[in-house]
Amino acid sequence: MTAALFAEQLLNGIQLGVMLFLIASGLTLVFGIMNFINLAHGSLYMAGGFVAAIVYRYTGSFALAVLVAVPAAAAIGVVMERLVLRRFYGRGHLDQVLVTFALILIMNEGTRMIFGPAPLLIGLPAMLSGSVEILPGVGYPIFRLTILLAGLLVAGLLYLIIMKTRLGMWVRAGASNRPMASAMGVNVPVIFSLLFAVGAALAGLAGIMAGPILSVQVGMGEPILILALVVTVIGGIGSIRGAFIAAVMVGVVDTFGRVLLTPALGSMAIFILMAAILTFRPKGLFPVHG
Amino acid sequence: MADITAFSTSRKDALAAVALIAMLALVPPAAWLLHDPFLVKVATRIVIFSLAAIAINLVLGYGGLVSLCHAGLFGIGGYVVGIAAFHVSEPIHLGPLVLGGSSDLAITLPLAMLVSGLMAMAVGAISLRTSGPYFIMITLAFNQMFYYAAIALQKYGGEDGLQILSTITLFGVDVGNRYRFYYVALAVLALATLLLGRAIGSRFGLILRAAAENETRVVVVGVQPWAYRLVAFTASGVLTGLAGALLAASQQFISPVDMAWDRSGDLVVMAVLGGIATFWGPILGAATFIALELMLSSWTQHWQLVFGLIILAIVVGLRGGLVDLLRLIMPKPAGKTT
Repeated sequence: MTAALFAEQLLNGIQLGVMLFLIASGLTLVFGIMNFINLAHGSLYMAGGFVAAIVYRYTGSFALAVLVAVPAAAAIGVVMERLVLRRFYGRGHLDQVLVTFALILIMNEGTRMIFGPAPLLIGLPAMLSGSVEILPGVGYPIFRLTILLAGLLVAGLLYLIIMKTRLGMWVRAGASNRPMASAMGVNVPVIFSLLFAVGAALAGLAGIMAGPILSVQVGMGEPILILALVVTVIGGIGSIRGAFIAAVMVGVVDTFGRVLLTPALGSMAIFILMAAILTFRPKGLFPVHG
Repeated sequence: MADITAFSTSRKDALAAVALIAMLALVPPAAWLLHDPFLVKVATRIVIFSLAAIAINLVLGYGGLVSLCHAGLFGIGGYVVGIAAFHVSEPIHLGPLVLGGSSDLAITLPLAMLVSGLMAMAVGAISLRTSGPYFIMITLAFNQMFYYAAIALQKYGGEDGLQILSTITLFGVDVGNRYRFYYVALAVLALATLLLGRAIGSRFGLILRAAAENETRVVVVGVQPWAYRLVAFTASGVLTGLAGALLAASQQFISPVDMAWDRSGDLVVMAVLGGIATFWGPILGAATFIALELMLSSWTQHWQLVFGLIILAIVVGLRGGLVDLLRLIMPKPAGKTT
């Protein structure tokens, strides 16, 4: 492997990791606070992609697509939470799996009904197409670089909010011990609704970012959801720092696995990584709950 | 865990199980009378998925563990049958050893059970170190791993799946006939139901259920639930693999699609649909699931939307599955409380 290929794959890996972080951050916090397993989180990713694709088709503006699709994903998330998920916080995990499984079926089939089975494409804005030299003689697509930077920016911002602000402190308190946080006067339900909306918006953003690279299609949410679950589990449920480290780790391992190993081992690499980590640390790298 | 307190393995449950199996046994004569062989094809699917559903229920309903890797174990069983049949025409050369394939169920079914059981044991050994949500996510990840592994089997069809070209036999007798195969599958289901019913009522079943309801108390009386759960998970894997093997043999085909993670979800839905508090409930669930799937898909191509809404309604409304519905409809026997 040449240095150029290595650099390119490393960037690809980090970029996948950053995208995974956007999805996993919502998942892990929702999980940490409400002890709620939301398999339908991938549907919000899909929703973001579809809304962006449609806006792009009619306006031709990528910026507008982002501006409409992110709030739309958040809105869909809020509706989902208010209408259905809210009733299931106190229920067992089996009921949660079932209800979110049902939501996946409904969202996927509903989307297929509205937009048809054919994949949609999001074109690249002129400003972001083309490539830039990262090493002498090695080009890297500007769009991928933009995703990487935007993702890092959002991740950094989220990290600052969660770690340094009062709101973030409430969120962390809720995630590590909900009854105690409630008793100390944190309005956990309100924090949680807010968090769910933000998580949905981030998942939607990831869906838009994936649009020009992969295509926007029904069922795009599930493979990425499973990767995000792996990230969540490796990082430790409820830990935003764990999610970030695990996301980059999974992104890089997955990308290099596909380049270096046989296709069979390559697609299994991250699951082997997960099994190995959990064998030694059953609660993930950064356990939050006692 | 949801409160599942109404466990029982009474005479009534045994009767219900026998009645369900007997009803299934009457399908081929009915199909013959109605000149509708398609019924047998549907009933074969019902029998096979009933086996998988009662198998997953051993860990789900009794162990209180939501496993999402059962489609993977199901597919492993199927692939064992498929690969063994593939090598009938193309023996494996291992140095001086020549290993011939087989499409005799007397050989391939036990082999499928062995392989899927070993896989289940490996998955269980890692996953059972965790609990609750971690367990769900990890088993889901393992399912994906099996799924990708099946796609990577380029020699055996890869993404397109593996066709079984040789005739399926049992102790040398051709069971390619639809009716004959049906009774073989039904006999397997009956045997598995009997064994499960016995296991649930035994000390083993008691500990498994107790650990699901209150792990601390079980540990305090000096029992280590981990070992019991691993046995249950492995046994469940063995039976699920057996179901997959039967599916591969019945449709002479197995593909990675049968291992996709949403198939694991389907198995959970089947068990819950029928009611996870009894060992026979999942048979009812599998039958309902497959009948619904068939009816809805002939009605609209967007049947999954309707199906999702039905699952949603059931989870919101009907906590104990269809068994609960039966209890609501049927009058309680006098002097007894259910």
